[in-house]
Amino acid sequence: MSRPEDTLAADIHYNDSEARKYTTSSRIQNIQASMTRRALEILDLKSPSLILDVGCGSGLSGEILTAERPEDGGPHTWIGMDVSPSMLDVALQRDVQGDLLLADMGQGVPFRPGAFDAAISISAVQWLCNAEASDTSPAGRLARFFDGLYASLRRGARAVCQFYPKNDQQKTMITRAAVRAGFGAGLLEDDPNTKNVKLYLVLTVGGSAGDGRGGDITGVVDGMDNVDVLDSRPKAADDKSGKGAIKKGSKAWIVHKKEQMERKGKVVKTTSKYTGRKRRVAF
Amino acid sequence: MKVISLNFLTCAVKSCKSSGAAFPLHPKDAELVQDDIELNAQMLLNILPRLDWAALRTNATELGFPELPAELPTREALEADEKKLKDLHHLLVETQIMEGKLVCRNCGHEYAIREGIANFLLPSHLV
Repeated sequence: MSRPEDTLAADIHYNDSEARKYTTSSRIQNIQASMTRRALEILDLKSPSLILDVGCGSGLSGEILTAERPEDGGPHTWIGMDVSPSMLDVALQRDVQGDLLLADMGQGVPFRPGAFDAAISISAVQWLCNAEASDTSPAGRLARFFDGLYASLRRGARAVCQFYPKNDQQKTMITRAAVRAGFGAGLLEDDPNTKNVKLYLVLTVGGSAGDGRGGDITGVVDGMDNVDVLDSRPKAADDKSGKGAIKKGSKAWIVHKKEQMERKGKVVKTTSKYTGRKRRVAF
Repeated sequence: MKVISLNFLTCAVKSCKSSGAAFPLHPKDAELVQDDIELNAQMLLNILPRLDWAALRTNATELGFPELPAELPTREALEADEKKLKDLHHLLVETQIMEGKLVCRNCGHEYAIREGIANFLLPSHLV
């Protein structure tokens, strides 16, 4: 299947006819809706919030944010930014409730620090991997976007970016850029190894682990059904067994060595409170 | 462009990132439209501590609203007084700038607003 990302820039690809096609296609509408609901589920917002929608397009995902029922923590207020004027035009015609902004996410996120409770982005971030001009690079655009996004979210906030990476390289590039900006990042894969695989980049901004938000990224999916956590990060030092854990020359290390020697049948002095202590200089 | 967004938007130009004058942006030749949107009290109370009240006062005066009180209203005061909450909702959520410009006091860049959408696209030498 051809990827529009490979042929044209986002603002040129989504011209008037593409924007209308995109918005009126019931198939796309359904997919967008289900992805937005999934993103909302991950965001886990408890009360009506201010949400940034990056790449809001014609406001398909925004409508769902507005329509969120009070018992699920809604309705949310959203501000959307998109680079395609045609898409925003369709959004205007559809009379969406959110506020719209014509802006390029690769140029940064022009909001003051700590403005938003959460951010979502549905099928947009992969566009950053295609730099159309000679004076920009995908890495630079990704960095500006994630730096700006990180700053514009309040502490303890979450962001969910659903995206379609072209290959593993793009996936790594996007995830790395997010981590470099300071986010706690994890990838959630729905329907893995099928044609309908959906990839969500789940991001957290600092925050205390005490209130159950923020903390470790794997905590985000706690309590969600059918989610397996694959953690490939190196474990913290205190979990390690064997040599690395005990510092050489410490009392624990000496005691360990003495036990080893004892097992070998060597004569070993008994361990006391003086074991491993430095002698006084006056000795 | 709603006033609530105006309270969070800064100038996007790179050299303005470190300047205090890049926030707030100042509306110029603004044509206002009043929408009818349902009051979302929880959301307003939620963002209340994050509002930059001084900037909101400046913007409200610039847009021709009566002057706001000097101090940020407390959560309790708003919860008790529905009229205050409605006024705030009217200013922040229901008021839209349909046409006009937003001007940065630091670099002088003008962001055009057309049909309620502000254009924050920058030429690449400003990014």
